[in-house]
Amino acid sequence: MASQSKVVGVDVGGTFTDLILMDADGGDIRVAKVPTTMDNQAFGVLAALEETGVPLDEVRSLIHGTTATTNALLERKTSAAGIITTRGFRDVLELGRRTRPQRYGLKGHFNPLISRERRFEVSERMSAEGEVLVELDEEEVRDAARALLDLGCESVVIHFFHSYINPIHERRAADIVAEIWPNGYVTMGHAILSEYREYERGVTGAVNAAIQPVLDRYISRLRDGLAERSYKHDLLVMQGNGGTVSSTIVVEAAVKTIMSGPASGVMAAAYTAKDAGMPNVITYDMGGTSCDAGLIRDGVPQVNSELELEYAMPIHVPMVDVHTIGAGGGSIAFVDDAGMLQVGPESAGANPGPICYGRGGERPTITDANLVLGRLDPKALLAVENPVSLDAVGAIFERDIGRHLGLDAAGAAAAILRIANDRMAGALRLVSLSRGHDPRDFALFAFGGAGPLHASALAKELGIPRLLVPARPGITNALGCLVADVRHDYVNTVNAPVMDLDIERVHAILAEQVAEGRATIEREGVEVTGITVLRSADMQFLGQSHILTIPLSGEEVTRQELQEGFEAAYWSRFEVELPEIRSVLVNLHTAVIGKRKDVPLGALAHANGADGKSTAARRVWFEAGWAETPIYRREQLPTGAALGGPAIVEQLDSTIVVEPGDRLEADARGNLIITVEGG
Amino acid sequence: MATTLDPVTLSVIQNGLIQVCNEMDLAFVRAAFSPVISETLDRSDGIYHRETGALIAQGDLGLPVFVGTMQFGTQEVIRRARAIEPGDMFVVNDPYLGGTHLMDVRFVKPFFYEGELFSWLANTGHWPDTGGAVPGGFSATATEVEQEGLRLPPVKLFKKGEMDEEILSIILSNIRIADQRIGDIKAQAAALTVGERRLTVLVDRYGRDTVEEAIVELRTRAERQMRAKIAQIPDGVYEGQAFVDSDGVVDEPLRIAMKITKKETDLTFDMSGSSPPCQGPMNSVIATTKSSIYLAMKHIFPEVPINAGTFAPLAIVEPGGTFLYAEYPRPVSGCAAEVSQRIAEAVFAALTPAITDLLFAAPAGTSGNFALGGHDPMTGRSYVMYLISGGGYGGSLDGDGMSNGCSTIGISKTTPIEIIEQRYPVLIEEYALHEGSGGAGEKRGGFGVRYRVKLRRGKARASFVMDHGRYGPQGALGGGDGGVNRVLVKRGGETYIPPHLSKDQDIHIAEGDTVSVCTPGGGGFGDPLERDPALVEADVGRGYYTVDEVADLFAVVIDAATLTLDAAATEARRAARRGRAAE
Repeated sequence: MASQSKVVGVDVGGTFTDLILMDADGGDIRVAKVPTTMDNQAFGVLAALEETGVPLDEVRSLIHGTTATTNALLERKTSAAGIITTRGFRDVLELGRRTRPQRYGLKGHFNPLISRERRFEVSERMSAEGEVLVELDEEEVRDAARALLDLGCESVVIHFFHSYINPIHERRAADIVAEIWPNGYVTMGHAILSEYREYERGVTGAVNAAIQPVLDRYISRLRDGLAERSYKHDLLVMQGNGGTVSSTIVVEAAVKTIMSGPASGVMAAAYTAKDAGMPNVITYDMGGTSCDAGLIRDGVPQVNSELELEYAMPIHVPMVDVHTIGAGGGSIAFVDDAGMLQVGPESAGANPGPICYGRGGERPTITDANLVLGRLDPKALLAVENPVSLDAVGAIFERDIGRHLGLDAAGAAAAILRIANDRMAGALRLVSLSRGHDPRDFALFAFGGAGPLHASALAKELGIPRLLVPARPGITNALGCLVADVRHDYVNTVNAPVMDLDIERVHAILAEQVAEGRATIEREGVEVTGITVLRSADMQFLGQSHILTIPLSGEEVTRQELQEGFEAAYWSRFEVELPEIRSVLVNLHTAVIGKRKDVPLGALAHANGADGKSTAARRVWFEAGWAETPIYRREQLPTGAALGGPAIVEQLDSTIVVEPGDRLEADARGNLIITVEGG
Repeated sequence: MATTLDPVTLSVIQNGLIQVCNEMDLAFVRAAFSPVISETLDRSDGIYHRETGALIAQGDLGLPVFVGTMQFGTQEVIRRARAIEPGDMFVVNDPYLGGTHLMDVRFVKPFFYEGELFSWLANTGHWPDTGGAVPGGFSATATEVEQEGLRLPPVKLFKKGEMDEEILSIILSNIRIADQRIGDIKAQAAALTVGERRLTVLVDRYGRDTVEEAIVELRTRAERQMRAKIAQIPDGVYEGQAFVDSDGVVDEPLRIAMKITKKETDLTFDMSGSSPPCQGPMNSVIATTKSSIYLAMKHIFPEVPINAGTFAPLAIVEPGGTFLYAEYPRPVSGCAAEVSQRIAEAVFAALTPAITDLLFAAPAGTSGNFALGGHDPMTGRSYVMYLISGGGYGGSLDGDGMSNGCSTIGISKTTPIEIIEQRYPVLIEEYALHEGSGGAGEKRGGFGVRYRVKLRRGKARASFVMDHGRYGPQGALGGGDGGVNRVLVKRGGETYIPPHLSKDQDIHIAEGDTVSVCTPGGGGFGDPLERDPALVEADVGRGYYTVDEVADLFAVVIDAATLTLDAAATEARRAARRGRAAE
């Protein structure tokens, strides 16, 4: 029998399925990129595995990030779900919290995840203190479940008021439903999210119900496909919190796989940067339609529990905090009625795509601007099926942009770049400065196909002194799967003033959260080398509605620690002291993390022994003007190679621009570290 | 004058200025105590010209109704300010000095750059109470402003960065639940401090002269953009109207008569045919009247940025002698929340025939304020609970109106029921769609909300400032009106309906009593007989309308037993209806 020494990370993205296979000792490494098979993503995964040529019986574990659930939700290709809820409240999911999609303009559309005919009410009611005001009518629950089955529902969510404080009615109702429900797709609201706010908890539960069957079918197909190929070991699935979960239990809380793609990118960044001695980084991922920014402090990505996936779809389970804006390579530039240049959020997408793709795109995009300015290789223009000449691209730039602003094609392209960079810098400021972090204390981790093209300019704009470009910027998400730990998050609402807090109850909740996390890891049976626990508390002053999250040192937290920790956090965020007002403990959070074996990143470094000489040169535009710029191939930069900007480094999955005055060095792990001028 | 600025620097400075305001908005909302600010987002922050007070930039996250008022309010402060020094900060809530109602308290701070006055920073936040006859300030029966609360002229609450404890003590001695207000005052002041820091960085970066030049140029461009939008409207005179149910004191409707004249790229708004000033609190101060027109235009052309140039092409004839031009001591508490929305509705109604593709039938257009003040015997504390609610939006060429949309002037979310029940001794027994309330039309209106609140402990007093109780939000181009607002109190087994329908105050209730509210649906758009019968069938299947209602409103016949469409009967019914109409 072959030695099972290999681990595999697979990320199924919207366009490509990326795979990294690595020997646990850091020896053999393979990467594969195949088109994503939208109808059955499992095909793409299996095809990518085949492409590596490594037999599956050498693989010890396979970690998998999937957009199956996120896409199903965004495209509303979910299964038919129903809801059983407290009498008087079946419309909560449809009414939301009286909002509209845009601040101005009184139009818009909203379709609730579960339409009205599939929403049933039963008699039961809990008070805000958790006492039973109305007993659960069990017969009504049975009738509702039968009616939902008759309507063709495949899954159901049970969502009762104040279940976060007393879940007995939800539990009892779930037991009753389970007796007649044929497939086990029964979600209890409090089990997914034990936090107050009926709309947010209800939607989170409804999302879970709606995607559970989708995820289950997908994972089963993948497991079957792997079993046919005699794979018997761990299959782990990435979650939005940046941790993994065993495929054997992932379906229970399917909602936690939402946004796992961006999360895995940030996890890879955290791992890579920490390994390179940079525990504090801002992550910057730029792709075709959008750019994502995140923040990692002391090696730990920031987590947020208040995601709104799209208008009126809050998903309040902890997720890696990624801020997305609509600026990507395909973002379209135009001049508006006021004569102002705008870039995005409209995108040319993959079809027709930028002008230079030769698929009929006729509007200037960021990618085209990079091409006109020599930042991307104009020769690559010729590599498409119906090539468009650089002159033709330039003519469109003059026509659509330059003419209105009094600029030539290059001037127009430069203007587009600067506007795009300004918008992206805004996103990076939002995750750093606006949350009380000084960008100068961070390094910028640039990935995605287009991230490294713009990163150096952004770093300069924000005063970020250093830049890290990983060995394979284009497959960072797959690497994230490989390095992520097993992670389970728990939240419980307490909502009591610190002064009157039953501290024993706090200790009991924290202990229970840890116990549940440990038990879950045990049940998954995934190999871990140790368990870490992170605890935090959401706090506010009495009467406020927004919260601040503070880290807790351990289970035996004291009132004093809560009080002082909150006051300090409040001061550093707002520079306001409020000794007059009592503070309140709102929620307790615990993350239980099962450490997986370290992955030796050195293996990712490109082939050594190359001479590090430039392979070509071309004219490239920089802020200071055009400059004849040497071009390097990434795989020919040996460890320790150093060079100064201006320079361009090209590799299969990305292009890196080194601005004049910047210094680049290749470290032993395959990363490029760029020191920004003046940084 | 042609600018020497390159287009990129201009864009970057524009974004920079807006970002400074957004940062102020965020800092304010996250640190505030008043749920009206932190949850309802009833606040706004901006930057104003150092001499004229003209709006330079306003945050994206500010409450729409403050779009114009902040500029007027800041101008009044500038006019009165003497011996300004760095660190000074004025507080003012006088409605007649460029304000709204007393609860909207403005902080205005001079911003100095390298020792010289560069601009003004200001914000407005809705305080939950500023004294007066009823908790919360929305007295439905006040007849002079003194009954509505404490009125502050512009006074320096901070002098050279130090809070004036004497002024503070005057304020705190005149308002309810004063203990939490210190938190709001600090949050509101801290937001302007954040703005000061961020704006300094921006001016450092690009230089004083460049930023000033950009400000002038951005104003010119916003005006140009607004004029380009206005040019789409055919030249002509357009008239619309809207009604406020009553002023809360005299039970008669108040009419807004809106005459809009479009010529080339200018719009003139004339409201001189509107009702005279009223006794009750539904008068509007001129700042709010103007601001309501600005925000209506921004709802029609959302892409135009907000600065003083945006409003230059909008000429407003001051409606002296009407309730839309309130002078001291007319009571005004209803102007920001309700009258403003009727003014916007009149603008929408006037322009719908002119630019049909951009407009929509009337939205519910009420903030649905319900305040309950009482004493909880279990906690031993007094409380004031506010419930706001949304309603249906109007149909439009784009589709049916949304249900439970936010008020025209607001952007806020309602507070979750579970949080309300944690904080106050009430039980919300129902929170549901207001069935049947969507106005009939080819594109129907969205639905309002129906809720019922039961008092669990002690005694309390209920007050309402709502609207559209008498007439539903108007339909457009043949569409029907949306359902009306209804309030119903059950106390001691008896039913009480407010005489003015949507406005009342000090209704005493006790343990076990309930208050039910149904909010308006949106107006319908286009002829209801043109609505696709299959959509009507789906609406009945979901219980949005009854079988009888759709037979009447849409002339669609649905079998009552199976809830399926009878296509032939529908065709016949519609033909008969059309025939009758043709006669």
